[in-house]
Amino acid sequence: MHIQVKDLNKSFGSEYAVQDVSFAIEEGSLIGLLGPSGGGKTTILRMLAGLEEPTSGEIYFHGKRVENLPPQKRGIGFVFQNYALFKHMTVFDNIAFGLAVQKKPRKEAKARVEELLELTGLSGLGGRYPHQLSGGQKQRVAFARAIAPEPQLLLLDEPFAAIDAKVRKELRTWLREMINRLKITTIFVTHDQEEAVEVADEIMVINKGSLEQKGTPWDIYKEPQTPFVAGFIGESNLVEDCSRLKGFERERAAKGMIRPEFIEIFLPGEGTIVSALEPGTVRSTYFRGTVWEVEVETGPHRLTAYRSLEQDPLEVGDEVRILIHRLYRFDDHSGVMVENANKVDPMPVYI
Amino acid sequence: MAVMTRVQAAKPVSRPRHLTEPAWVRWLLIGVALLFLALMLILPLATVFAEAFKNGADLYFAALKEKNALSAIRLTLLVAAIAVPLNLVFGIAAAWAITKFNFRGKNLLITLIDLPFSVSPVIAGLVFVLIFGSKGWFGPFLSERDIKIIFAVPGIVLTTVFVTFPFVARELIPLMQAQGTAEEEAAASLGAGGWRIFWKVTLPNIKWALLYGVILCNARAMGEFGAVSVVSGHIRGKTNTLPLQVEILYNEYNFSAAFACASLLVLLALVTLGVKSLVEWLQHRKQE
Repeated sequence: MHIQVKDLNKSFGSEYAVQDVSFAIEEGSLIGLLGPSGGGKTTILRMLAGLEEPTSGEIYFHGKRVENLPPQKRGIGFVFQNYALFKHMTVFDNIAFGLAVQKKPRKEAKARVEELLELTGLSGLGGRYPHQLSGGQKQRVAFARAIAPEPQLLLLDEPFAAIDAKVRKELRTWLREMINRLKITTIFVTHDQEEAVEVADEIMVINKGSLEQKGTPWDIYKEPQTPFVAGFIGESNLVEDCSRLKGFERERAAKGMIRPEFIEIFLPGEGTIVSALEPGTVRSTYFRGTVWEVEVETGPHRLTAYRSLEQDPLEVGDEVRILIHRLYRFDDHSGVMVENANKVDPMPVYI
Repeated sequence: MAVMTRVQAAKPVSRPRHLTEPAWVRWLLIGVALLFLALMLILPLATVFAEAFKNGADLYFAALKEKNALSAIRLTLLVAAIAVPLNLVFGIAAAWAITKFNFRGKNLLITLIDLPFSVSPVIAGLVFVLIFGSKGWFGPFLSERDIKIIFAVPGIVLTTVFVTFPFVARELIPLMQAQGTAEEEAAASLGAGGWRIFWKVTLPNIKWALLYGVILCNARAMGEFGAVSVVSGHIRGKTNTLPLQVEILYNEYNFSAAFACASLLVLLALVTLGVKSLVEWLQHRKQE
């Protein structure tokens, strides 16, 4: 379903939960609403579903205004954060609920539920009650229940929040495949950037009720348009004045944000582009499972960087040199990604 | 006042020795509890039946078959049959309004629901006399039209409704608050209308608490004395409920008849407790 939202606002008293949010979503895409907790993501989702009334603004489904329609009339499926399964009904009856509302013939409904049980890997669990299921199974039931009446739009509120880490990973992949197969327009809310990046075709970053940026995960990572997005997506180091770093002298004095993966650490004897290297001292090292996380003190800064397990390990106190490949320079309003100028020095000095 | 707590026998937990009191403390506590229970509860209960049957079973049944006694039983049942359904509907409506909507004066409403518990029953009865009695606000209006409320059945029903007002609502509000509105919202997002949501989603979730509230409400409706006594007028065979009948018989030194009627009320209490335990047990088993 093609969705368009114009100047959506929601205020509780004088507090704005959502402020002037506008966006359009293509049919069949999988969108992640990403942002910190309490940022207004869930409110946007609930307004799309009709569970919350906008203070002002317009919502269009397929060109038709819907903001005054009750949730029953919007043709949506909603997966709640805590699943909100009907406790007193079996899994089968839960999934069949929406079909019963549509007054589908019993036989047809039964076939549809069986098909969904099969699809969601719940075959044989139809007779169980929600409290007899694991978190992941409940999540699948909630999903099956939401898509049973064949909604045009599927809305998921923090679908993986209540599931433990390992199952969550499996479920993410499962959900992605499922939605690709069903080709249903989907919007999900998450505060976990890893989840958004992994699952969504497109991400909308929401902060303090406003839409900060909308784009593919790669675009948002590569070219954040606001300081908030730069800081929220991925890890980052903050430096007060980026023009004092080697390779960025030509920049005007402004704050800079540097991702750890954009910093390379060299021991003496490693590294080539001397003019781009900043001297520093290793202050601490942490083993992060797949990589070393190293804190390097250089001038007034303490920067976090990664070092591959393949390379020689670093010790605290080692004198090293670091290469900052690129950083995100920003002021109060906007920012831009800047490459290290000396990396492409026309006359590099080799040692 | 009414019993509003739900205590279930906790599963025996094996406590480590450093948390357990010495044996003599344990036995002392258990002994005191049992002694008190026997003295204050079991002994009076047994006395009722002993006194009722003192002059033989024939006299006991004769006392119950007496015209005025039968009329009192009928009236008691009638009052409960009107008051309980009314408070059932009101209780659900109030609990629904308080837990599913936000509105001004919500806290005031919650406090008001408790009012019948905090007001002495005698005052409750008096209030109705002052409103509907011959010298009350609506007194002239009612007597002109020959409508009798005070010293008649309508007054008894009114005061009983007032006194038993909070039971159902009080049982439902905490439960519905804890359950929130997520399941209702899920049903709405699946296309269900308000009526279907109520019958298929809300009601099944509150049915045990509702039943529990109704049982307590019924017990109180049949047993209420103070408020009903003020408005009833004690007209034999007409406006006497069972508790009032007991008092009259007792005041006339007709002890065995008084205790016979009292035994009915005790029986009702025992049945209520039995049903209540059954409900709790069923509910517990359902949750396992």
